[in-house]
Amino acid sequence: MTRDSYVFVGFLALFALVNTILVANGALSLDWDGLGVIVAAGCTLALYSFLYKDNPLFKFAEHVYVGVAAAYVFGITWYNSLYGEIIVSYFDIGEKGANGGGHNPWVLLFPTLLGLLMLTRFSRKFSWLSRISFAFVVGVGAGLTIPRYLSSFLLGQLEPSLAPLTLSWAGLNLFLVLVGVITVLIYFFFSVEHTGVVGHASRLGIWFLMVSFGASFGYTIMARLSLLIGRISFLMDDWLHLM
Amino acid sequence: MSKIASWITVTVMALHVAAGAAMPLAIEVYDTPNDAGGSLTLTWSRAVAGASSWYSVYVATAADGPFRLATTTATPGLKSAEPGLFGYDDDNDGYHVLHISDYATGNGEERESLKDGTTYFVRLGVQTAAGEVVGAALSATPRGNLFNTSKWNNLILGIGLSFVILLYISMARRKDLFIRRIAGLEALDEALGRATEMGKSVLFVHGLKGMDQIPTIAAVSILGRVAQRTARFDTDLRVANVDPVVMSVSQEVVKEAYLQEGRPDAYRPDSVFMAATEQFSYAAAVEGIMVRDRPAAHILMGYFYAESLLLTETGSTTGAIQIAGTDSYTQLPFFVTTCDYTLMGEELYAASAYLSREPKLLGSLKGQDVGKALIIGLLVVGTVLATFGVDTLTHLFAAL
Repeated sequence: MTRDSYVFVGFLALFALVNTILVANGALSLDWDGLGVIVAAGCTLALYSFLYKDNPLFKFAEHVYVGVAAAYVFGITWYNSLYGEIIVSYFDIGEKGANGGGHNPWVLLFPTLLGLLMLTRFSRKFSWLSRISFAFVVGVGAGLTIPRYLSSFLLGQLEPSLAPLTLSWAGLNLFLVLVGVITVLIYFFFSVEHTGVVGHASRLGIWFLMVSFGASFGYTIMARLSLLIGRISFLMDDWLHLM
Repeated sequence: MSKIASWITVTVMALHVAAGAAMPLAIEVYDTPNDAGGSLTLTWSRAVAGASSWYSVYVATAADGPFRLATTTATPGLKSAEPGLFGYDDDNDGYHVLHISDYATGNGEERESLKDGTTYFVRLGVQTAAGEVVGAALSATPRGNLFNTSKWNNLILGIGLSFVILLYISMARRKDLFIRRIAGLEALDEALGRATEMGKSVLFVHGLKGMDQIPTIAAVSILGRVAQRTARFDTDLRVANVDPVVMSVSQEVVKEAYLQEGRPDAYRPDSVFMAATEQFSYAAAVEGIMVRDRPAAHILMGYFYAESLLLTETGSTTGAIQIAGTDSYTQLPFFVTTCDYTLMGEELYAASAYLSREPKLLGSLKGQDVGKALIIGLLVVGTVLATFGVDTLTHLFAAL
């Protein structure tokens, strides 16, 4: 047996022992709730074991996670779309899906047809038909997204920047934002070589970007720490009852 | 001029209240402009400063009632707070506004929505010390509008930028246009070359968004170029997906790239696969592939969320060259810190043009640069004008 195998077996034995003691002490109930806590604690530790290195425990948890997620998404798709929307609407049976269901079948004809065309990918001869669905998704997506981007990412950003500069802290803030926006825009210029004045402005733009990335990084790390605290709190309190 | 008109309005209202008339002036009801229907708008002259009033709006489907309560408020909005509907007139400060979309049916808390095409009669009530005074019934019919006229600036900008882009596309067809070097893309060839030399695979990881999103379209475009190079170098390419539609499109793109390089035999449909269907299971699955298969290069393109750091942190421990590209500004810091090269924001979109040198993409990129130059000019001129009290440009480019 390798060292990893010893670690693996040792961990499983320790985990089983701890859970046996917890159940024997009455800290964990021997029912579905207790089993849920044990499974959640086991999965949490198995996933964290990746910090040591890739190992069978992590592989097991990873495969369970991927499988459960796939099954969950299939269930959601079946009940919300396939059954809840299409089958209920066409055959007027069962309960309505989460999205309302029971629509006029004619309304669903086109989307259903597009969905069925996707299944032609299983056929070598007719797989080209699936491109109609892809073209529809990409075309509609781009058509809907571009005006929204114009409104929220262009005009929505322009409007607050076009404000009067004043000799105050607010004015200084606005000036910094203005310089930041302009220099960052210059960084994203692809038509000119970043040399001379453009190069200096572009480098200033990178500084602005990096400062904002740093702030965003710190903010997100704090959020991730709170997630870690949540997991440790679960292990220490809900599972081990040490808190 | 408009300030004088506003002063006159307020003075008339003050005299009106002083004379004991509780009902506001200039009550109007009409179909809410620029909406999808099912709504009426009621406007009336603003209460005099300091005077507190409680307003109620009653709705009926017949002139003689019965009138049902639609809404009641002591703090109605002002027309000036809704420039999308009423513009930027100084007079707008002198008028209250309320939008009505439903009314009480009289059966408990049940409410009925206004129906398009039905004429409704609306009365405005004002609470006074002596009781409630209700004005005359005014009628209006809600309808949906095909066009939202407050967004005309979107249309003009869209048409203007499209025209510039089309112009540059036609120019790009006649001559080669210059694009500056993008460091992350220069590294792409280096990464693919390294994978070829080491005899290891290249892992392309898609972001989480679907095929209808621009970053995914850009990522798929880059995948096509990467696939061409891996086909040419005879390097193994694996493409991890979280979305079945993106996976299918990616299969098509990779297949096409192998065909273009004259290597259709080298294409394996299984190399473009669904890793998982959910965010963190996707992260776990891709991490597993990174540590077990040990690809020589990880290319992450598209829109990423919280899984970005999990993926690239794991990837960096394997020693692979990592090139990421995303326009998700919340995840860019993680890519910058953990990847060898990062395509930031628009560089992701520029990447496909840079790699392919196709006139359409080159022209689009040039056109967008002109758009950026216009924005810079607008920012400078608009700020100077706003500083001197001229808000014209600010209003013209407002996101209403």
